[in-house]
Amino acid sequence: MTEPYVILIGLEVHVQLLTRSKLFCGCSTRFGAPPNTQTCPVCIGMPGSLPVINRQAVQLALRTAVALNCTIPRSTKWDRKQYFYPDLPKGYQISQYDLPLSHCGWLEISDPKGAFASKRVGITRAHLEEDAGKSMHDEAVGRADSRIDLNRAGTPLLEIVSEPDLRSPAEAKCYLTELKLLLGYLGVSDCNMQEGSLRVDANINLHVGTADGPVPTPIVEVKNMNSFRAVERALSYEAERQWRLWQELGVRLGEPGGHKTTRGWDEGRQATYEQRAKEESSDYRYFPDPDLLPVVLPEETVESVRASLGELPAALRARLETGYGITPYDADVLVNQGRALVDYYLAVADACGDGKTACNWIQQGVLRWLNDRQTTIDAYPVPATEFAALLKAVLAGELTTSRGREVLAEMIDHGETVEQAMKRLGIERVDEAELETLCRRLLEANPKIVAQVQAGKEKAVGSLIGQAKKHNPNADPGRVKDICLKLIAGM
Amino acid sequence: MAITRDEVEKVSLLARLLLKEPELEQMTGQLGAVLEYIALLDEVDTANVEPMAHPLDVVDAFRDDEVQPSLDRERALANAPNRDDECYRVPAVLGVT
Amino acid sequence: MISLLDHTATILLRQLQAGALSAVELAQAYMDQIDRCDGTVKAFLHIHADSVLEQAERIDRKRAAGQPVGRLAGLPVAVKDLLCQEGQLTTCASHMLGNFHPPYDATAIRKLKEADAVLLGRTNLDEFAMGGSTENSAFQKTTNPWDPQRIPGGSSGGSAACVAARMAPLAVGTDTGGSIRCPAALCGVTGLKPSYGRVSRFGLVAFASSLDQIGPIAQTAEDCALLLEVLAGHDPNDSTSVNRPVPAYSLAVRRPLVGLRLGLVREHFGEGLDGEVEQAVREAIRVYESLGATVAEVSLPHSRYAVATYYIIASCEASANLARYDGAHYGYRTKEPAMLDELKHQRKQLHEAGDSAGLEALDSALIRMYRCSRSEGFGLEVKRRVMLGTYALSAGYYDAYYLKALKVRRLIHRDFQEAFKGVDLIVGPVTPTPAYKLGEKADDPLAMYLFDLYTASTNLAGLPGIAVPCGFSTGRLPIGLHLQAPPFEDERLLRAATMFQQATDWHTAAP
Ligand SMILES: [Mg+2]
Ligand SMILES: [Zn+2]
Repeated sequence: MTEPYVILIGLEVHVQLLTRSKLFCGCSTRFGAPPNTQTCPVCIGMPGSLPVINRQAVQLALRTAVALNCTIPRSTKWDRKQYFYPDLPKGYQISQYDLPLSHCGWLEISDPKGAFASKRVGITRAHLEEDAGKSMHDEAVGRADSRIDLNRAGTPLLEIVSEPDLRSPAEAKCYLTELKLLLGYLGVSDCNMQEGSLRVDANINLHVGTADGPVPTPIVEVKNMNSFRAVERALSYEAERQWRLWQELGVRLGEPGGHKTTRGWDEGRQATYEQRAKEESSDYRYFPDPDLLPVVLPEETVESVRASLGELPAALRARLETGYGITPYDADVLVNQGRALVDYYLAVADACGDGKTACNWIQQGVLRWLNDRQTTIDAYPVPATEFAALLKAVLAGELTTSRGREVLAEMIDHGETVEQAMKRLGIERVDEAELETLCRRLLEANPKIVAQVQAGKEKAVGSLIGQAKKHNPNADPGRVKDICLKLIAGM
Repeated sequence: MAITRDEVEKVSLLARLLLKEPELEQMTGQLGAVLEYIALLDEVDTANVEPMAHPLDVVDAFRDDEVQPSLDRERALANAPNRDDECYRVPAVLGVT
Repeated sequence: MISLLDHTATILLRQLQAGALSAVELAQAYMDQIDRCDGTVKAFLHIHADSVLEQAERIDRKRAAGQPVGRLAGLPVAVKDLLCQEGQLTTCASHMLGNFHPPYDATAIRKLKEADAVLLGRTNLDEFAMGGSTENSAFQKTTNPWDPQRIPGGSSGGSAACVAARMAPLAVGTDTGGSIRCPAALCGVTGLKPSYGRVSRFGLVAFASSLDQIGPIAQTAEDCALLLEVLAGHDPNDSTSVNRPVPAYSLAVRRPLVGLRLGLVREHFGEGLDGEVEQAVREAIRVYESLGATVAEVSLPHSRYAVATYYIIASCEASANLARYDGAHYGYRTKEPAMLDELKHQRKQLHEAGDSAGLEALDSALIRMYRCSRSEGFGLEVKRRVMLGTYALSAGYYDAYYLKALKVRRLIHRDFQEAFKGVDLIVGPVTPTPAYKLGEKADDPLAMYLFDLYTASTNLAGLPGIAVPCGFSTGRLPIGLHLQAPPFEDERLLRAATMFQQATDWHTAAP
């Protein structure tokens, strides 16, 4: 690192949990319904209505918290976070303040290309809360008012707050990618940023190296980032901006003018801009919600959740690397595709007995195909058993790699087995004995070439390969070469 | 702990109330008197006393994750002071999401 | 001859069941009485004039056809205007909800409907149940049926007054710090605040969620038992309603308690207690002794802190519960055209001045909408409590006020636990004095708060408490006896009150 400062980034991620109904009422959480068609007295905050906790939301939150290696307290409670906003119909958000569902966890991130060393990013806390509705401003028609849709109000959110352990925008992006992957493996959220089911706010400042030790610059909270890429860019921009500002003004955190501020990311201008504080000051007047009872989380419950987590990305990567002999990079590529693809890979690798080959073929043959069609592995037309049969044929030398690809294309296009596809392409298996007889005949017919090889010109054998192909188009060039050289050596 | 007029004004903003004279003056006096009375609690030794936010020591009231019918939109919006066919309308908000 | 209206609900129900009386006759009798009396008492905010007879007819038809009917079939019930009733105006005696029609029924209302009660109308209260005199209603001042110059007590003043004036045999009230028991005592009727969690709060417009409880007001404890039986029970829509079986209160109520041990609260017989009230209460205790009860003095050492503790906790919860009334989604909004004009004007000014920061900050219009709507929509007492609660929860004050109050609440709770180790019930006065004059404490909120001195701690501890008529002042104003029991001993309370009412006739007196 050549910069005279260290970047400190902490992320606050809100994810919508995959429940059918809202956190405190029975309204559907389905995205995209017409405005104000998924509300009831509870989520509109009508006088007299009362919240009742959705058991599944607690379950999903707990799953996530355990997977994030968090400490789970014996019991957790609900608090009211009070502020006035038209998308918050009760005038308070039911959230968790001083006794969150979980705290003190970590998530390990690493860069398979080695841009930074693996590290554990601290998770300060992960707690449950209800989402707010949506405000839409009607600038176009020149009206001086906003429209409020409360469909989203009351949707369960898990807020996951990290420690300021991230040291670069790239690390921040990696953390988000890993977190999203984990949530996908856990089946707790679909993490769709477009639909708002995953939202990221970032806190960033610098520790500038000085003769008196590191000096912190004022913390900035960055909002309105609509993709992980945007997060990375916004943070890069912000780090540079803070560095410039430090050089110009030298204001440190906590000094006059050095309080925390909020900035938005402008995707069009690729810049952050100052946002006015939502309120004169954020005095949320948290206090325990008297409408809700505490939730007890006995050790047995936590343990049974832990036992039900399944294999998570980090463990899966390690198993692929050690058990299947593939590189960390390849393991990462596969695991990032999600559990279903990994299962496909495992089935193929186990059946063909060569993890490395299976990995190469799946990256070349399967991932590209899925990517071109923007689809997932369950739409892939070749079953794992057939894919494995193909690889076996290739590994046995019955098919060259390029012939193998042609076979695979046939299998995909016509939904055929390896056998059928090979027949269609007129490929027959050439067995080893047959090939050896052919090679023997060719050597007998070409003594010059034998002499050249014996004189050390191994390349001369190449013309035999062409002749062999003429006699039998299914002959594997590599095998022909190997057999010929072996026979010549034995002469 | 007497409360000042300035504090009352600040709290009124926090509570989204608007107190004009002579209400502000009156409120300052009345809140002051109530707070003075409440200071009675200072004489209670509460060291090592667990706070009691609720009379029930019951826990765990859940509902199952089942979708129930929502309100018909017309009924949901029926009490709105200002609305259109689909939404509530309020004076412009900033930082819209 | 005893008039129909002097009968208790229990007797009326028996006559209805026997076919000696039709629901329509009964409903008509009460409607007539309302016509006669409510001009003075002003107990009702609205009367379901167009549907009362219809409801009654439907029940008579059901009965005539031999169909099964609900447990209160044909009995008229008046309901405090704080419980949501689908499609019916539910104002909470506030301009804020002056035009609010809930799209749903409170659980208590649903249960009354299922019990085939005839819903008479909605009774007056202190705005959002904040007050002890019903003078804080935005719409009208209810008077005490025993003396129109005096308050009926509050906040369920309309419910207590309408039972006292025989305009309803049964009424539903709510009690957060004494709001059923105080008006019941001051109006000479019986009022029960059930154990916290006994009756669902779903649809009860919240004042202070950890203290609020719905309960019955009637002529006798036996009638209260009848109504409680219908109201009580677990409700999956209210997390704080308790899943315990509901005893058959109305069957148990006439079984006297043998070996009853009463605890007399030493601290409740000191400074501030009116002499006549004290005398009546002590006389009531002698009645119990004559019935075989033993009386011991008990101490609730923290009782002098109950009012302060109560006002902090109730106001803090209220400040949050009432945040939803902001003019955005329902309820009162300050005059829109004025707001929009002002906004337009402001926009133009800022634009001309080239003040882009100012333009960005234009949602101050929203804040102004909030502040105007709330200030115009709420009455003074509500504003006071919202202010107090907001202040007590705000940064820097939380520990000194709210947290401190929660700790004292624990001590108050422990006092009761200690006391109940040696006694079955705790007895004392309901209010320090009989009903005071309208306007007497209007400018002194603190004096009004202190009227809850004997009742607020019941709510803090979640106990059941009942007010039973036990005498009159020389000015012929009713005096109430207060009985409290351990949590979920509502039945014990009702039986003890019935024992008293079988031995006395204070509850039969009508104004
Ligand atoms: Mg949050
Ligand atoms: Zn809902």
